[in-house]
Amino acid sequence: MNNYQVLIGLEMHCEISETNSKVFSGASNSYSDVPNSNVRPIDMAFPGVLPVVNKEAVRKALMASIILGCKQPEYIYFERKNYYYPDLPKGFQITQETKPAPVGIYGKLDFECDGEMKSVRINNLHLEEDAAANEHLPSGTLVNYNRAGVPLLELVTEPDLHSADEAVAFLETMRSIYQYAGISEADSKKGQIRCDVNVSIMDKDLDASNPDNWGIKVEIKNVNSFGGVRDAINYEIKRQIELKEDGKYDEMPQQTRRWDEESGTTIFMRGKVDAIDYKYFVEPNIPKYKVSDEWLKNIKQDIPRLAHERKEEYINEYGISSYDAGVLVKEKAISDFFEETINLGADAKSASNWVTTNLLGHLNKMELTINEAKLTPEHLAELIKMVEDKEISSQQAKGVFTESLETGKSPKQIAADKGLKQITDTGEITKIVNEVLDENPNIIEQYKNGKTAMVNYLVGQVMKKTGGKANPGLARDIMSTEIEKR
Amino acid sequence: MSYMNKSIKELHEALKNGEVTSKDLIKESLEKSHKLQEKCNAFVTILDDAKETEVTDSLLSGIPYGIKDNYSTKGILSTGSSNTLRDYVPFFTATAIKNLESQGAVAVNKTVLDEFGMGGTGTTGHTGTVKNPWDRSRMCAGSSAGSAAAVAAGVYPYATGSDTGDSIRKPAAYCGIVGYKPTYGMISRYGLFPFASSLDHCGVLARSVEDAAIVTDAMKGIDKNDMTTWDSKDVHLLEALTGKVKGKRLCYIKELCDIKNYPNATSELKEHLENFNKTLELCKSLGMEVTEESVDSTLLNASPSVYVVISCAEATSNMSNLTGFIFGPRGEGDSWDESMKNYRTKGFSPLIKRRFVIGSYVLQAQNKDRYFHNAQRVRRLLVDKWKELFKKYDAVILPVSTGPAKPLEGSKDILDKNESALEEHLQIGNYGGFPSITIPNGFINNLPVGVNITGNCYDDENVLNIAYALEKEMPYKNQIAKERVYE
Repeated sequence: MNNYQVLIGLEMHCEISETNSKVFSGASNSYSDVPNSNVRPIDMAFPGVLPVVNKEAVRKALMASIILGCKQPEYIYFERKNYYYPDLPKGFQITQETKPAPVGIYGKLDFECDGEMKSVRINNLHLEEDAAANEHLPSGTLVNYNRAGVPLLELVTEPDLHSADEAVAFLETMRSIYQYAGISEADSKKGQIRCDVNVSIMDKDLDASNPDNWGIKVEIKNVNSFGGVRDAINYEIKRQIELKEDGKYDEMPQQTRRWDEESGTTIFMRGKVDAIDYKYFVEPNIPKYKVSDEWLKNIKQDIPRLAHERKEEYINEYGISSYDAGVLVKEKAISDFFEETINLGADAKSASNWVTTNLLGHLNKMELTINEAKLTPEHLAELIKMVEDKEISSQQAKGVFTESLETGKSPKQIAADKGLKQITDTGEITKIVNEVLDENPNIIEQYKNGKTAMVNYLVGQVMKKTGGKANPGLARDIMSTEIEKR
Repeated sequence: MSYMNKSIKELHEALKNGEVTSKDLIKESLEKSHKLQEKCNAFVTILDDAKETEVTDSLLSGIPYGIKDNYSTKGILSTGSSNTLRDYVPFFTATAIKNLESQGAVAVNKTVLDEFGMGGTGTTGHTGTVKNPWDRSRMCAGSSAGSAAAVAAGVYPYATGSDTGDSIRKPAAYCGIVGYKPTYGMISRYGLFPFASSLDHCGVLARSVEDAAIVTDAMKGIDKNDMTTWDSKDVHLLEALTGKVKGKRLCYIKELCDIKNYPNATSELKEHLENFNKTLELCKSLGMEVTEESVDSTLLNASPSVYVVISCAEATSNMSNLTGFIFGPRGEGDSWDESMKNYRTKGFSPLIKRRFVIGSYVLQAQNKDRYFHNAQRVRRLLVDKWKELFKKYDAVILPVSTGPAKPLEGSKDILDKNESALEEHLQIGNYGGFPSITIPNGFINNLPVGVNITGNCYDDENVLNIAYALEKEMPYKNQIAKERVYE
């Protein structure tokens, strides 16, 4: 491994899930468990149907293009990519090619990998339609056209990535961008993200900026999870190094392989000579569409705050630690939850502590997503306020939190049901403090002899006597005063 | 008493004053359909259960018409005259047809075309050859062969057509009627089986310019299902027919119209061009200026090849949806690709398959620039040339074809021949999406011939009005095919 450097390029397909309808069809763009329920005539290519561009899908694609620092085209064109497959009923896919320009070309994305900043060049970003989904059964193949025509963004990077970790870190950054920008849920469990991975190796001492030095490109298709991307890259690096060491590398043709999840290997599909000629031409049924500067300006203004922007804000405005801020923005839903809690008036630091430790801890333990949990930002804000107002102790708050998370009841309700109420009446606490002092003359003795830490024990006794209801700060203050009187 | 040989306005009046009912008209039209079917084979389907509609203020209400069988019609067999769709019954109706329905028009049959519109002879439909009602040994031309034959034979006053190269305008000429395709995007193509999307137009075949205007007024309109349509609510074709054409400027192309360019001209061609010159004189007598223009013959002669390349390329892609899985008769085979291959091999005629091969070839990476991109460049040059003419002239006037309808025996398909620019110049109207109308302008050997008027995009009113004024000066308006097809 150490004798080689690895060049990795990615083609990341991500469905745009946040539009009402499909990209060229009026059918609903929503995830459905019922096969073939989101289908219009065009999705099944009945004779005479015509594509109609979903402007919102184009807007979202342009937004992604802007975020990635790409150049946007003067006009939007679409092209036909012609090939036969049962999941493509028209016999062609409406997509974009590099000439005329797609929604984005020549961008760049900086991302963090293991605490280091990396940079990857984006070759292009294009908008296209997804194909139907095939389900292969022993008795035959079933086709589900719900997915046919769903808007799909394909992002193509230059081979600027150098390890599986970098590739995965890049993909995670992209997923975060799509989620934060409101472009896609980017959920690989729903099949919304799919990748093709290009891997080649070259000798370590050669200059990677010169394409002449690059090794033989192997494209791996059909990798549908980030874990799969990591495994496929590592497998392929190992395979290619073995070929190198055996002196067989130069015989290897440029090729397309398929990632087989079950065996954890890549399998040969076709060589370069068998590459498909897609016979692209401009889709005649979609007139070219002018992208005005005005429109681009509006889209730019509409870009929501992305993860790194939110993180900086958390650090600079709320004084949250860089680590915690990073944890908060990792998932958009968590960050949204946190922000909503603050917007309801909760103290940011407290909210951050509750979310990063208690909330995420519980979600992990119970294997839930935040949307599945019953706790709402209103509940958390209420709880934080109750602690602040010394209505309940922070000790009590933990129990209330857990119950609220599990039952969905409001913290106030839970506290009332359980009779939880912090004792903040100094008279009452003074009375209990003196009871404790009366019962522990030997401790007073030790204290007077210089063991001042014994106060802690005595405060503990007060808490025990009140079943944790006494305000611990008050109890300590009063204890210090009263013991001096003895 | 026969009604189906009358104009739309006459029929509307007769319906309005109770002289005749919609039911009577449908009955007559259906009877004539069956008789014509025996003689000329013009229909894929005759709708014997067609229902009368209420007579309203709409000129088309209650009146029968025909639909070319490449329009999708809900619940009615729509074959595109192809074996690949011989059992296809759509569940949606083309927008243009819906628009006619909403005016109360009554469809009585679906007419034969060259398979998917890909032919100019009327001989390649899966139900067999369409014969010309003026002389059944002659072709109707295509692809709107059945529509042209039926309108010419007086089955009804009009039928829909589609036009990718000249598929409305040439059959109209061969059958002695009016054929009009408006500016690209004026009539929605949603539900029209595509041949070559950038060239395909919907349009109408009728027996007068006035009827063509009435029908197009009803068919047109922006459609949310067709992004290439535009809002034409301010275009009123019928109202535009004033007949006032004094001072209008026309031009014709010397390289196409001068008999000296055809040293081996047949007598038919000679007569055709002489007749065209008489029409030009008629134009002048109406106060129009007529000017001879010159266009580089290399450019003109390139047009037929441009057409082959672009139309075949788009067609091969457009017809990739024909696999026999989702619709159409499923092919036999153990695997999906074998089944699809059998379906397509058996379903398509050899002519179409040849076009697919050409279309595929010109789009292949190694050929694309030489053929497809060059064809697009020449298309642009031709369109630019015509646009230049439209800066100086209201319209270009040219003869249609090289004479009257050609004999069926011994005819070859146009793809196969070295057709002259004269035979195929109507394609330029498709390249530019120009409004273009053919009207009858005489007879040669007792067969009708036509003249074409083409104007600039969105100038449909002007083009139709010129045709209307010219039609008035000639005795061919509302003519019915002379052969006695109903006896």
